Amino acid sequence: MKPLTGSLSTVSSSLPTSVQEVVVGLADNGYMADEGLATAIFLALSMKRPLLLEGEPGVGKTEVAKTLSALTGGELIRLQCYEGLDAAQALYEWDYPRQLLHLRAAEAAGTIGSDVAAVENELYSERFLIRRPLLDAISDRHEVAPVLLIDELDRADDEFEAFLLEVLAENAVTIPELGTFRAKVSPIVIITSNRTRDVHDALKRRCLYHWVEHPDSEREIAIVCSRVPGASHVLARQVALLVAELRTIGLFKPPGVAETIDWVMALTALGHTEIDVASVDASLGAVVKYREDADRVRAHGISALVDAAQREN
Amino acid sequence: MNDEGVIDLVALLRTAGLAVPIGSVISFVEAVGLVNNDVRSVYWAGRATLAHSPAEIELYDLVFRHWILGTEIALSQSPITKSDQAIIADDEALDSAQKDSADVETDDVAVLRFSRTETLHSADFASLNDDERAEADRLIATMRISAVTRASRRRRPSRRSYGTLDLRRTIRESLRTGGEPLQLRTLQRTRVPRRVVIIADISGSMASYSRSLLRYAHAAVSAGAKVEAFALGTRLTRLTRELSTRDPDKAMQRAAGSVEDWSGGTRLGEGIGRFNDEWGTKGMARGAIVVILSDGWDRGEPELLASEMERLSRVAHKIVWVNPLKATDGYAPLARGMAAALPFIDEFIEGHSLDALDRLSAVVAGGGARPVRSMSVLQRVEVN
Ligand SMILES: Nc1ncnc2c1ncn2[C@@H]1O[C@H](COP(=O)(O)OP(=O)(O)O)[C@@H](O)[C@H]1O
Ligand SMILES: [Mg+2]
Repeated sequence: MKPLTGSLSTVSSSLPTSVQEVVVGLADNGYMADEGLATAIFLALSMKRPLLLEGEPGVGKTEVAKTLSALTGGELIRLQCYEGLDAAQALYEWDYPRQLLHLRAAEAAGTIGSDVAAVENELYSERFLIRRPLLDAISDRHEVAPVLLIDELDRADDEFEAFLLEVLAENAVTIPELGTFRAKVSPIVIITSNRTRDVHDALKRRCLYHWVEHPDSEREIAIVCSRVPGASHVLARQVALLVAELRTIGLFKPPGVAETIDWVMALTALGHTEIDVASVDASLGAVVKYREDADRVRAHGISALVDAAQREN
Repeated sequence: MNDEGVIDLVALLRTAGLAVPIGSVISFVEAVGLVNNDVRSVYWAGRATLAHSPAEIELYDLVFRHWILGTEIALSQSPITKSDQAIIADDEALDSAQKDSADVETDDVAVLRFSRTETLHSADFASLNDDERAEADRLIATMRISAVTRASRRRRPSRRSYGTLDLRRTIRESLRTGGEPLQLRTLQRTRVPRRVVIIADISGSMASYSRSLLRYAHAAVSAGAKVEAFALGTRLTRLTRELSTRDPDKAMQRAAGSVEDWSGGTRLGEGIGRFNDEWGTKGMARGAIVVILSDGWDRGEPELLASEMERLSRVAHKIVWVNPLKATDGYAPLARGMAAALPFIDEFIEGHSLDALDRLSAVVAGGGARPVRSMSVLQRVEVN
């Protein structure tokens, strides 16, 4: 078995050298991070450790990885987790149809009879290997460390976690027919979870950890203003305040930042520069996605909510 | 921050029940070296490397504050005054309380209260110095538990006008009034106190609280209450025999001697399962008041704890969970074990101070937990 790639080294010239640089670098790329998140990111980059981000849906976990890729210039490689995700989908698979075709061709050419071993060797070569995200992230084609996003790990099964832990611990993958693949530049690994279940302790310990909260109103206003450039500042502020209030009234699915952005976009597109009861009522669907939740908001009283948001100005 | 500071913080975290493996300590040290040398940066560096869930962050926050305020806490200990006289006075109070309870048939038997200075009253056991500790131990020795009673099959004469008619007594007394039954006499079922079973978590963070609770158990046993006691660490150890000696200090030493793991980790689910299998479901827990002292940090599987708690709750009269951490500011039962156990608990109370033990007495005697009066160490610091 031959090692396929050289020794481990990291191109780190483009990496931030302080927490402050992380804050600024992310902001330049449209992501507003608070001190805690920026520290966790800075440490993960400096210590070359995976970062586990947990938090409610829509607080900006996935976006962290995307923005990091923009910031570092490393390619974003995303592995979306789901129930039943296995090694074949996450790591690699042999391209059976093409192997079969190749075999037929060899048969037709009459080369099989003479040298079975040689044909088999050919079948299990890199030509027929399908690289899935994990293998791709440690492949030697990267000059700049890629950002490996393992998104919504809580959706995958326990066994997948165990398997992931192994890959992360080794930073290498061994394919029996081919040998060991080792990263030339180790990837920046971001793992996210909506915490529908607990991630295993062993995996957690390997990672740095940050619990991502909904942004406070000031930050949310800044996010909205940067994402919806045409929006009026008054509108952005009122909507952010209203959404913050909606997060406290016990909704089945409390609105995330994405919903705030959607809502401001919708209202802006409709020509609003401020909120009022009628426009909020009409566009409520942009921010609460379930009927039960919409009922709850209406029971709570839209005019009271709107009043409160307007008063804060 | 220097290495000593790191070690202090880690030790405090472990005492508070956070699992901090050595790998995390190394990461923490490395992280501290990478960030600015100010409190906020160290806070975030520690949080990213040492805490791995919202519950752990909550604990980390508490401990970090404690650590930063460490010196002030040492200064805030107030002196204790002895209160021998108060104890004597309260012994009298007990006597009259017992007389009353002989007259009035209720489920809520009056419990002994004892006076002492407010400070010691509400101080967290973990924060006491040696003198305070000795004083607290002495006060605990004077506490009395009277368990809520249950009806037995035996009947005895009653002064109430309702109940089963006591024909013999009614007729006998009617002889004095010329055969006219002026007063109907009744019989009441005799009431016997329920058994109290104490299971005390003796893992590191719980040690000082468990010691106090076991002393409390000792006081109860020597006062003749039906009390069983167990220590729960990596294994379950029955301590009832050890607690029946006259001298509390000797009893405690013997109890400590027969428990091998005063400060290992806890496997709550397994321990409670062992209790269920060997004692609980065979009769000891049947109709009993089961008092479990633990912070709910379980190193085992929460599912196991939940199913064992369910088994226990099916036989016990009442399950009282005593969690010293409940007294800390903003504590919500987020520890996985605690969350798993919660649905099967009848009363959830603190157990960190003399006050809290007093409340435990009230709960065991059949009353609900009274409102919380005491403050935690952290809160006291903020007041100062
Ligand atoms: N701090 C932030 N700065 C900029 N945009 C943000 C921030 N947080 C959230 N967003 C926006 O909110 C949307 C939802 O975030 P996302 O990362 O998908 O949430 P999650 O992965 O936590 O469910 C993103 O599209 C992004 O535009
Ligand atoms: Mg996401």
